[in-house]
Amino acid sequence: MGFLRIEAVSRVFPGVRGGAPTRALERTDLEVQDNDFICILGPSGCGKSTLLRIVAGLDRPTTGRVLLDGQAVERAGPDRGMVFQSYTLFPWLSVKENILFGSRSTEAKAAALIEKIGLRGFENHYPKMLSGGMQQRTALARALANDPKILLLDEPFGALDNQTRALMQELLLGIWEADRKTVLFVTHDIDEAIFMANRVAVMSARPGRIKCEVRIALPHPRHYTMKTSPEFSAYKAQLTEEIRVEAMKTAEMAPA
Amino acid sequence: MLEPLKPVSRGARIALGAAFFVVFFAAWALATFGGAIDAMFLKDPLYTLTTGVTLFREFGFIRDVGITVFRVVGGFVLAALVAVPLGIAMGAFKPVEAFFEPFVSFARYLPASAFIPLLILWAGVGETQKLLVIFIGSVFQVILMVAVIVGSTRRDLVEAAYTLGADAGGIVRRVMLPNAAPQIAETLRLVLGWAWTYVIVAELVGAESGIGHMIMDSQRLLDTGQMIFGIVCIGVIGLVSDLLFKWANQRLWPWAF
Repeated sequence: MGFLRIEAVSRVFPGVRGGAPTRALERTDLEVQDNDFICILGPSGCGKSTLLRIVAGLDRPTTGRVLLDGQAVERAGPDRGMVFQSYTLFPWLSVKENILFGSRSTEAKAAALIEKIGLRGFENHYPKMLSGGMQQRTALARALANDPKILLLDEPFGALDNQTRALMQELLLGIWEADRKTVLFVTHDIDEAIFMANRVAVMSARPGRIKCEVRIALPHPRHYTMKTSPEFSAYKAQLTEEIRVEAMKTAEMAPA
Repeated sequence: MLEPLKPVSRGARIALGAAFFVVFFAAWALATFGGAIDAMFLKDPLYTLTTGVTLFREFGFIRDVGITVFRVVGGFVLAALVAVPLGIAMGAFKPVEAFFEPFVSFARYLPASAFIPLLILWAGVGETQKLLVIFIGSVFQVILMVAVIVGSTRRDLVEAAYTLGADAGGIVRRVMLPNAAPQIAETLRLVLGWAWTYVIVAELVGAESGIGHMIMDSQRLLDTGQMIFGIVCIGVIGLVSDLLFKWANQRLWPWAF
């Protein structure tokens, strides 16, 4: 019995101005155990963000349902923390005030998280004074401060440069290794998925569905040097093949 | 050399801004002292200034200025008290917008000055009528602009707040309001400028005091010096209130500037 259960969830967006409806997500099932770290990997436009938004309660499925800890998800709520790809810090609040925004956040939790994400000394800065990486670290702290049952991440490092992105991955992984908070992480970056996840769910091209699941048996704690190990390369070769077929379908090219 | 979008230093900005005032008054002085324009149509700057001093010294013009400022601020504050909450409700809640928006869009095009005869009939020629002209001229514009500002709140900010446990009321109070506040203040600054137009129109018809009334009286005396002094007064007051508004906005919302 999974902690998070996605049962036969699909999403069809109605056609615009009499156009044909868009099938964004085929019937999808996924189970996530408590304390697990799952990456959903897929080419752009495969509906992976739609799936995450349905789990968050920001979108409703056309069929199926999502259960979290036995409770059906009806709307967005503080038990599912989310970090978005776009910068969503509230511009009128300081770093500390942003982290305190959540209904279950406290001063003590905020102080500890500011320490953990390395933003001491920046508590009273406004978001516009921060770099992209600092903003996303604050967004992560804001979600964690609310103590959600599950953390949903929608390509949170997608807009960052490569070096910053690698550091952010290590930071998030370090936090997970310490707290074992259940995480559902959406990405199109294969290296990111292998490095972070215990299990990678690969999505097919539109209309998206989960075509296969790959268990990543790399030991924890993981160090960035692992990215050059033979085991890592083997996973990468396997997932690259899976993704390449789907990316070609999206680009409407036949496999070579 | 002029380069597109290249910034200018603070000192140069002030000097350039002041320079145009100098050019403007020089051109005025040249045209009038040189005799190119008949003094009956346009008095020279010096005469205009001395007549202004006389207005303040002997005719209690400061009372007129005071009453006009009172009317502008009074009508404007009344309009803001109605328009800002309604605009926020319309921007946040689509059924409220659907209910009010068509009528407000229609009412926005009703010229405030055309209401003056009707308002005199309803409210007489007292202060109520003056305040109502400014109210009608401002309220519908502010409603629509505030509704657009609040309605354009970034969706991802609203969604982030939902995932942090905010409810509908929390979204309006803690996301939409603080997000829209600086832009609403900018809108009010803009509309305050328009309110100055309405107050003068209101004072040109059936008024016994105010800057507009003085300008009307001066026309009967064919005193273009007084008329121009009155107009310049309005410009100066407008400029000062605008600077105060800008200054307050930058202090109130440091994150937005």
